[in-house]
Amino acid sequence: MNLEDIKKPENIVYRKTPLLTDAIMHYCPGCSHGTVHKIIAEVIDEMGIQDKTIAISPVGCSVFAYNYIDVDWQEAAHGRAPALATATKRLNPDKYVFTYQGDGDLASIGTAEIIHACSRGENIVVIFINNGIYGMTGGQMAPTTLLGMKTATTPYGRDAKLNGFPMVIAPMIAQLDGTAFITRQAVHTAAAARKAKAAIRKAFEYSMKDIGLSFVEIVATCNSGWKMSPVEANKWMVENMFAKYPLGDIKDVLK
Amino acid sequence: MAEKILMKGNEAIAISAIRNGVDGYFGYPITPQSEVMETLMKERPWLSTGMVVLQAESETSSINMVYGGASTGKKVMTSSSSPGISLMCEGISYMAGAELPCVIVDCQRGGPGLGTIQPSQSDYNQVVKGGGHGDYKNIVLAPASAQDMYDFVDWGFDLAFKYRTPVVILADGIIGQMMEKVELRPQKPRRTAEQVSQDAPWATLGKTPDRERNIITSLSLEADVQERFNRKLQAKYEEISRNEVKYSTYMTEDAEYILVAFGCSSRICEAVTDILRAEGIKVGLLRPITLFPFPTEQLAELSKKVKSMMSIELNLGQMVEDVRLSCEGRCPVGFYGRQGGNIFTPEEIAEEFKKFNNLK
Amino acid sequence: MAFKGAIEVDTQRCKGCSVCVENCPTKSIGLSRSVNNKGYHYAEMIADTCIGCSNCAVVCPDSVITVYRVKIQ
Repeated sequence: MNLEDIKKPENIVYRKTPLLTDAIMHYCPGCSHGTVHKIIAEVIDEMGIQDKTIAISPVGCSVFAYNYIDVDWQEAAHGRAPALATATKRLNPDKYVFTYQGDGDLASIGTAEIIHACSRGENIVVIFINNGIYGMTGGQMAPTTLLGMKTATTPYGRDAKLNGFPMVIAPMIAQLDGTAFITRQAVHTAAAARKAKAAIRKAFEYSMKDIGLSFVEIVATCNSGWKMSPVEANKWMVENMFAKYPLGDIKDVLK
Repeated sequence: MAEKILMKGNEAIAISAIRNGVDGYFGYPITPQSEVMETLMKERPWLSTGMVVLQAESETSSINMVYGGASTGKKVMTSSSSPGISLMCEGISYMAGAELPCVIVDCQRGGPGLGTIQPSQSDYNQVVKGGGHGDYKNIVLAPASAQDMYDFVDWGFDLAFKYRTPVVILADGIIGQMMEKVELRPQKPRRTAEQVSQDAPWATLGKTPDRERNIITSLSLEADVQERFNRKLQAKYEEISRNEVKYSTYMTEDAEYILVAFGCSSRICEAVTDILRAEGIKVGLLRPITLFPFPTEQLAELSKKVKSMMSIELNLGQMVEDVRLSCEGRCPVGFYGRQGGNIFTPEEIAEEFKKFNNLK
Repeated sequence: MAFKGAIEVDTQRCKGCSVCVENCPTKSIGLSRSVNNKGYHYAEMIADTCIGCSNCAVVCPDSVITVYRVKIQ
């Protein structure tokens, strides 16, 4: 059987979800953002909730997320997405509301907003992309940058005395009574991406159960910021990022 | 028989929000405006009208909750006082940039910094000139009574939705704290989901097959697009200036001298006018009710006829700049103000008026 | 039961990141020698060993891969 005989519409087992727009993503080659956008879009498509979904994008590389996933979007000021999501959900409790935030947005300038949204138990989903660096502004240190990691503002490597320690968000918010589901995932392999997608789906489902906030951290790469090829960056992430930010569920109030 | 209740200006804001079918209030405690949220929490409107009330973790968060709520086409509001408004300026700038309607109450206290919790009108520049970054303006309404506080909430939302822009009710510690008779209007229902969708086709309420996705953003990296947008905003502000100026006058018909004052100062200046008139000095008062749009034309007309104008403010000279710009040098423009929570008496202003005008 | 698969790459949208190459269990994908309009070496099938597992497409950040699969006896 030759390839052209296989490439028939009835034999398609995987193709781009219609919930992704045709816009070419501005992300660098191999950037995790694209993969995470895709699995979120697939979850919304598979759950059939496009008309009930309100998404909130951050400031950072994913500020333009609204160009790619075909749902209604609000673009928040830096770090404030959980505040927007809080009001959006409280005023529209029948909608699925999620924020999409990077580590600078969520773990630095937006710490007050995320912690209080968690503490209040807002029935929203937070997708947290942790790649240990500020991508859009050109690779500066993020709160989650690992010790020793070189960035534009830690050119000799992050030094705890000078720059403080990496901030580990997920276990911290797991202690807050308002959180329902907290998990840490990755998208560097197909198996990981499938698990991450299942976690995102669960988070969306939980957001309608009135049990509190669901938080999906994605340990991700920024190969441009890390100054590596995409494949090297994935390997470096497995060896270094996973040691500080191990994958797996951290809290699930329904288990 | 009209329903008249004795209440604080801040309480009037809260009761008016419920009665006018506001969908959500998000705030943070700060003196001298805390009664707004306290009253709402006591009234529990979520049990009656379904209005959402939430105490946020900061003013920054409050205004961003307002941003989120407004993005879904809802009538949402917040209130604060001067230092809190400083914190909100980020969110207000974003809302102006995203063209979102909302009402913000600023119950002014003195600054700079922590300043004082006493009344002041020193947020004029911050609120009327924009406050945050970028070429934007807020519509600014200046109440002078508890009744104004009640009435301006509904008026504010009308303007906010008509022009898709933030509206600030620029009150102060006096108007917020003093108790007056307030005539309550009948309860209006909150808008239904269908009405919200109709009023705000731009709202993010979930993309349906019959339309493109709605995106609420203030971002545009393309120079021409950004410039075009800014020019559109300016055109909107010009339209507001043409249509929405509101002011009141007191004894200006035959006036040789004009006092200009807004908010609580305008109440005091009515007494000043009476004192000076009793002495045979032909004084009139112009009270701008909208600070943006400013009654520039009306002041310009008066400036052709009078010997002088004097701006009376509880700050050290802010609105006076706009009065001078309106008069364009046609008559002298004086200023008298107090600060730190000190309130001028009518006699004190009358004295200063006579000094400025070389009158015995 | 065995499967035979094939992929189709939207070559003009592919950024040549190679993440799919790394994730292919049967080493069926490589980067092209020629480049697309943006100058990227795009992903393409380099061997007839594809089993249609979709791993490449699942990890593709730009969602440029469509996967086909048929059962073979």
